[in-house]
Amino acid sequence: MAATLLHTPLHDRHVELGARMVPFAGWEMPVQYAGVIAEHRAVRADAGVFDVSHMGELEVEGPHAHDLLQGTLSNDLDKLEPGQAQYTLLTNEDGGIIDDLIAYRLGAHSYLLVVNAANREDAYAWLKEREIRGSDVRDVSEDCALLAAQGPRAIERLGLPPARPFTFAEASIDGVETMVNRTGYTGEDGCELLCMSEDAIRLWDAVLERGVVPCGLGARDTLRLEVCYPLHGNDIGPETDAISAGLGWACALDKEFEGVDVLRRVKADGPERRLVAFVMEEKAVPRQGMPIGVAGDGGSGEVTSGSHSPMLEIGIGMGYVPAAQAQPETELTIDVRGRPRRARVVKKPIYKREG
Amino acid sequence: MAAAESYPDDLKYHSEHDWARIQGDEAVVGITWFATDALGELVHFEAPEVGSTVTKDQSYGEVESVKAVSDVIAPLSGEVLEVNERVINAPETVNEDPYGDGWLLRVRVADPDEADALLDAGAYRQLLADQ
Repeated sequence: MAATLLHTPLHDRHVELGARMVPFAGWEMPVQYAGVIAEHRAVRADAGVFDVSHMGELEVEGPHAHDLLQGTLSNDLDKLEPGQAQYTLLTNEDGGIIDDLIAYRLGAHSYLLVVNAANREDAYAWLKEREIRGSDVRDVSEDCALLAAQGPRAIERLGLPPARPFTFAEASIDGVETMVNRTGYTGEDGCELLCMSEDAIRLWDAVLERGVVPCGLGARDTLRLEVCYPLHGNDIGPETDAISAGLGWACALDKEFEGVDVLRRVKADGPERRLVAFVMEEKAVPRQGMPIGVAGDGGSGEVTSGSHSPMLEIGIGMGYVPAAQAQPETELTIDVRGRPRRARVVKKPIYKREG
Repeated sequence: MAAAESYPDDLKYHSEHDWARIQGDEAVVGITWFATDALGELVHFEAPEVGSTVTKDQSYGEVESVKAVSDVIAPLSGEVLEVNERVINAPETVNEDPYGDGWLLRVRVADPDEADALLDAGAYRQLLADQ
């Protein structure tokens, strides 16, 4: 690990708020302020804000930007109008996932890709190598700050107009110009606010003044796990394919992109293993890397993400199991540091708002 | 609501952030405020069986928060007489009241002399200050 951790423009604000700062993907980031569980519940009940300025922003422009991305990203960009966004995957030749990201169509010939902090360099290098005449890939991450305001009251608290998920628009929040993206990583309504780095503190302060609770990466992780959004590096990665991960919906297998042949084959043959969601049936907290046993000689699997669900108040997780054991209600055994603990496969998402 | 930092004078402390309240040949044990603060809100206590034996300086269970797992070290050796069911069912009790309702075990002390090796509150505070 690099000796010096990077700081977002909001680093001093986090420290002033008493956040516990931890290393994450080369950045020093707040893992919690008041506490993971309280922050998690604030997002489910009202509104919370996360500094996710460590994430990367790549701009892809030019008359052939569309062709470059249509040939490298898994989802169908033809379905994307200016003003719309799409969850998509950057895949390698083997159909593995270099990164999962959101593509925003800024204009006919202009896209913004928001990529994971840990994959920013890989994603940039991958696309840069494949640049074609009439396309230009630029890493603009250092110019940008990104705040995720999430929760059923987030939009109302920010005074923003209603809008459909996966759309975006320009807006001014208490005088700060920002791109309001109706996207997120919590399963709640809300938005991600992209602004210039130099405006980040003013935007953060404005959001907090509107009663939105500051939340750290700890709550971000439990929130996304409850709704079964995969985390790159845990649940998906260059060695895992989208079909096994349950992300076939984000892959347009009728178009050509890197690794599509492999994905078509996995889809046709059926994956050998699948990423499932499970809940513990005994008191225990599953953690990444714990072995999963299945009944009889059904084989075994591994937990890729595990934690305690603040909403359900039980241990929950995701992991790969043999495809035959992937049906909801299948009984699993999680090896919790040598202690077998019962779990049950459930339909995704694990947590769903009532009503 | 997490408790405020404190290290009561009537307790004995182990350097691994455990405390013991010794009463005759029994002791009640738990983890210190420092440990609860380092872990964050507890969500699970993996407790030993009643009737089993715990050994001084060795792990007898685990406490977990959302983000972390930690062994719990026995400040004294002895037989487990009682596990705090309230903590099993509501682990956050430890954060709320680490020296009261958030106790973990009641044990029958095997060797009263072991307590001599434990720290008093002043020495434990000094240990924290030196870290």
